[in-house]
Amino acid sequence: MSSALPSGGSFLLPFILGAPLLAMFVIVFMPKDETKMIKIIAAMGTFVAMALSLFAFFAYDRSLGGMQFTLTIPWVPDLGVNLAFGVDGLSLPMLLLTNLIGFSSIYASWNMENRAKEFFVLLLILITGVMGTFIARDLFIFFLFYEIVVIPIYIMVIIWGSTKRVSKEYAGMKLTIYLLIGSAFLLVGMVALYLAAAKQGNPTFMFDQLAARQNLYSAPFQKAAFGLMLFGFGSLISMFPFHSWSPDGYAGAPTAVSMIHAGVLKKIGGYGLIRLGVYVLPLGAKYWAPVIAALAIANVLYAAFIALAQKDLKYVIGYSSVSHMGYVLIAIAALNPTSINGAVAMMFAHGVMSALIFSMIGFIYEKTHTRNIPDLGGLAHQMPRLAIGFIIGGMASLGLPSTVNFISEFTIFMGSIRVLPVQAILGIAGIIFTAVYTLRIIANVMFGPRRPEWDQLKDIRGPELVPLIVLGLVIFAAGIFPNILFGLVNSGVTSSGLQKVLETVSQAKMGGLF
Amino acid sequence: MFKEMHDLFQWAWLIPALPFLSFLLIAFVTKRSKGLSSTVSILAILTALGLAIAIGLGIIQSGAELVEHPVIVSANWLNIWGLKIDIGTVVDPLSGMMLFVVALVASMVQIYSLGYMQGDKGWSRYYAYQSLFAFSMLGMVLATNLLQLFIFWELVGLCSYLLIGFWYFKVSAREAAKKAFITTRVGDFGLLLGILFLYNKFETLDFTALSAALSTNLQNVAVVGTVGYVTVMAFLIFMGPMGKSGQFPLHVWLPDAMEGPTPVSALIHAATMVVAGVYLVAKMYFLFEASPVALQFVAGIGAFTAIFAASIAIAQDDIKRILAYSTLSQLGYMVFALGVGAYSASLFHLMTHAFFKALMFLGAGSVIHALHEKQNIWDMGGLWRKMPITGTTFFIGVLAISGVPPFAGFWSKDEILAGAFQNGHPIIYAVGLFTAFLTAFYMSRLFFVAFMGPEKPQNHPHESPLSMTIPLVILACFSAIGGLAALPEHNFSFFIHFGEFEPEAMNWGLAGISVVAGLLGIGFAYYIYVKEAIKAESIAARFPIVYRILNNKYYIDEVYLWLIHHIMDGLGKVLYFIDIYIVDGIINGIALLTRGSAKVLRRTGTGQLQTYAMVFFFAVVVIFMVFAFGEGQLSSLNPLAMLGGVK
Repeated sequence: MSSALPSGGSFLLPFILGAPLLAMFVIVFMPKDETKMIKIIAAMGTFVAMALSLFAFFAYDRSLGGMQFTLTIPWVPDLGVNLAFGVDGLSLPMLLLTNLIGFSSIYASWNMENRAKEFFVLLLILITGVMGTFIARDLFIFFLFYEIVVIPIYIMVIIWGSTKRVSKEYAGMKLTIYLLIGSAFLLVGMVALYLAAAKQGNPTFMFDQLAARQNLYSAPFQKAAFGLMLFGFGSLISMFPFHSWSPDGYAGAPTAVSMIHAGVLKKIGGYGLIRLGVYVLPLGAKYWAPVIAALAIANVLYAAFIALAQKDLKYVIGYSSVSHMGYVLIAIAALNPTSINGAVAMMFAHGVMSALIFSMIGFIYEKTHTRNIPDLGGLAHQMPRLAIGFIIGGMASLGLPSTVNFISEFTIFMGSIRVLPVQAILGIAGIIFTAVYTLRIIANVMFGPRRPEWDQLKDIRGPELVPLIVLGLVIFAAGIFPNILFGLVNSGVTSSGLQKVLETVSQAKMGGLF
Repeated sequence: MFKEMHDLFQWAWLIPALPFLSFLLIAFVTKRSKGLSSTVSILAILTALGLAIAIGLGIIQSGAELVEHPVIVSANWLNIWGLKIDIGTVVDPLSGMMLFVVALVASMVQIYSLGYMQGDKGWSRYYAYQSLFAFSMLGMVLATNLLQLFIFWELVGLCSYLLIGFWYFKVSAREAAKKAFITTRVGDFGLLLGILFLYNKFETLDFTALSAALSTNLQNVAVVGTVGYVTVMAFLIFMGPMGKSGQFPLHVWLPDAMEGPTPVSALIHAATMVVAGVYLVAKMYFLFEASPVALQFVAGIGAFTAIFAASIAIAQDDIKRILAYSTLSQLGYMVFALGVGAYSASLFHLMTHAFFKALMFLGAGSVIHALHEKQNIWDMGGLWRKMPITGTTFFIGVLAISGVPPFAGFWSKDEILAGAFQNGHPIIYAVGLFTAFLTAFYMSRLFFVAFMGPEKPQNHPHESPLSMTIPLVILACFSAIGGLAALPEHNFSFFIHFGEFEPEAMNWGLAGISVVAGLLGIGFAYYIYVKEAIKAESIAARFPIVYRILNNKYYIDEVYLWLIHHIMDGLGKVLYFIDIYIVDGIINGIALLTRGSAKVLRRTGTGQLQTYAMVFFFAVVVIFMVFAFGEGQLSSLNPLAMLGGVK
């Protein structure tokens, strides 16, 4: 089981991908009044996917490394397109993350009654799409899944979203247009890369093939292609100044979409930058690294300060996620195995944390019908379990040791401080401001005098507890025993050839910034 | 002999593990049953105390051997490319002493809370937090490396946050909890930087390995201007203790932390967590010792904090706040002791202070309990008669902190002052001596006003239940005789010292001077507050500005609040404005431009075939001309060629 099977071997990943898809098809053929049954089937589909990806997580042979559970089916041989799946230490944590959050997001939407059938169909498509990007070993398939994701998000924000500072139509439009503009640049970069790699025949979209043909890409080409990717993936990971879709989008989106978007979809940006950017175009990465580092610091500090000025809970978390992505970006800019370890772990950690917090905010909004911080307060009186979930999420957000977020941030700091000391110190200063805005919302929403207007509210219970239990458990399990997560990530970083690439990079002399 | 002990020491991890188990049990199992929760918690900490005592006795028996070779047990915690961290336990006299102090005070406080927290709705939650704190603090004490220490350091901070805000419905408690967390985080920022830089340089965070690496292959190389590497590291590391141990200017959170339940103040904000900073400096003393500048700085900050906090304590009326400023002042004592090289004395004072300050806080809690939440000392009076056990034990605490022999504080305080004097720091010695006088004064003031004098008719105090008085008596015993650890041949500093051990004879002359300072303070307070020979009001009236400044704590909180509300939040608002109107404005502008141009271009879609045909025709002509006459330019425009692709 654990060894890398020859191509055409393992059907584990297609099963994982198929489980929510199957549930989706079952739901399509169900009467739309059966909302309870619809939810149960959606939960079952995502549960199977989660259980299987947990199995994959532990069955993966870390000492062997590399792509495992691979399956390759030629699709368009003339163009070199393969239906190729596989996971390694970089993508397997992301796959698990997607399914943890996907499963939780079904339960976070347990009280959804308005057009439930359509909602869960779209949600399952969304989960499948995101998953597909992480298990794809072929750039073409990667891109295909990436585009699949856009459709449900747009519809879901427009129909089930909520209006706050901006209308939900504007938020949905902004989210979608950013995704599409990003993907347009990506497409150009992708085609260019494909053509460059096919210079000596044998066209291919396979990641490892593209990476293996690095010597075909001249330095100027790498700079240009990486630039395009940086724009595409950068706006996806909400890199400053392409971040403004993120707070508006999360605020407008329904809870499940916020969870998935902030939790995993955004991480496709970071994953793509590592897998395609650093892995395939190392000289380009080296060239752009100072720019990424500078923008990353803007992310961390600028967004943290703005989060201080927010009154809407979801905006605070929206800007906070922009701020946290700055850490991932600075880790990518530092371009060494330690920092890349930290970047992947941080994406995982931030995904779990932000999904937890968004689900808790979803419950708050569902019950109180407001997200305006001054209108809330003292909710720990009526809803102690919700308060626990919120505080756990908050503590993870501010990087408290024993949460997986701490050790991820620590690894990033360790990896980047030797390469980019000034930027790293500025970024580390962000931990102070993160603490300020996080503790403020905890204090102002959960603590304080009892408010009689919330006395009739029921604490979260039954299915509503699932996000808290699943995500809370992961936060502490991976935080207290970091080798569970880092062992895998590290095997991905050291065995996938990335390390060799990084060594090449550290030797390359790139001259000035421009 | 040592071999058997060695086996015992390997079980040290059980000491923090037991309270952690109790935390999990309370959180997930016994939450609903009050009786079970407190029983589980107290049993766990008492067992831990038993183990700590066994280990303590083992350490004393092992003698000098353990001082040289601490018993370390560790396992890998994180292992990735370029970063390897272990986690484990270290048993040496220093950690043994801390284990005993922490476990003792934690047990006393948990037993005491049985009475004090009676009837509180959050009973189980309280004991869960207490257990979590005991786990974190004991885990920190046993840390083998800087990162492990930092992890538990942050966890005790979390417990402090949760327990200060235990009564979360009180706005003041909520704000105090937040303030404590954020203020200490400012210090932790520096500490974290220090840890990162040290690992980068030496590829280890292990205390023993760091110490060895530092002593062998590093001179104090200049890195920032003329300031050396070691100095920079020491400054960064010291930022952590400044936050945690409330050194100026990060002291502001500690007085506010008194919003938590009083037993919590006794445990966390007097005896254990706040001394974590002193413990850290002691653990990293090899670093500080290598940089005279850093030591000078530590001494200066400590001495300033000592006198600064003592001066504020004089003008406070809230019993817990007086004790809180007193704690700050005593922490300053421990810190400057480290700065002047009185290593053993500092840790000795850490121990004795834990006994008598926990005692006084619990005594204050007993009073507050009896007076139904009254905390102003002027609302009290004549309590000694009504509460004899609380009164007597509190008086022992006052004598101990004032440095009256033979109580515990006398020995440790005297050693510190002697150290400052003998190591050539006359100014710091003078500051310390004056602080000793102030300390005796404000403590006696507190005691005379609250426990002596006329009774207040509106109060109906009665002695607290046994669960509260027994811990008081036990702590009073330690406060009375704890200082005698300085006397035997194998005394406190034989076990806990830095570098070569050199037994020092008691300097009775210096001791006499500090006793006189303490007695003067007590006498002065006696004249003002008991004899009323000088009216306290008239002194305050004579120096109104001084009184107001002291009463308002030098307005430092106000300055910080102004900075936070105007600078930090202001910056947030400005940046938000920029984000919405400039960053986002550009995006919306591009969108508008697209829409506008689409409106214009839409007109080209006339629907008339003739127009399309004409455009088509002219386009073909243009393309043909380009192909015909501009071949050279065209090939350079070939997008594939430009991207280095196929032809």
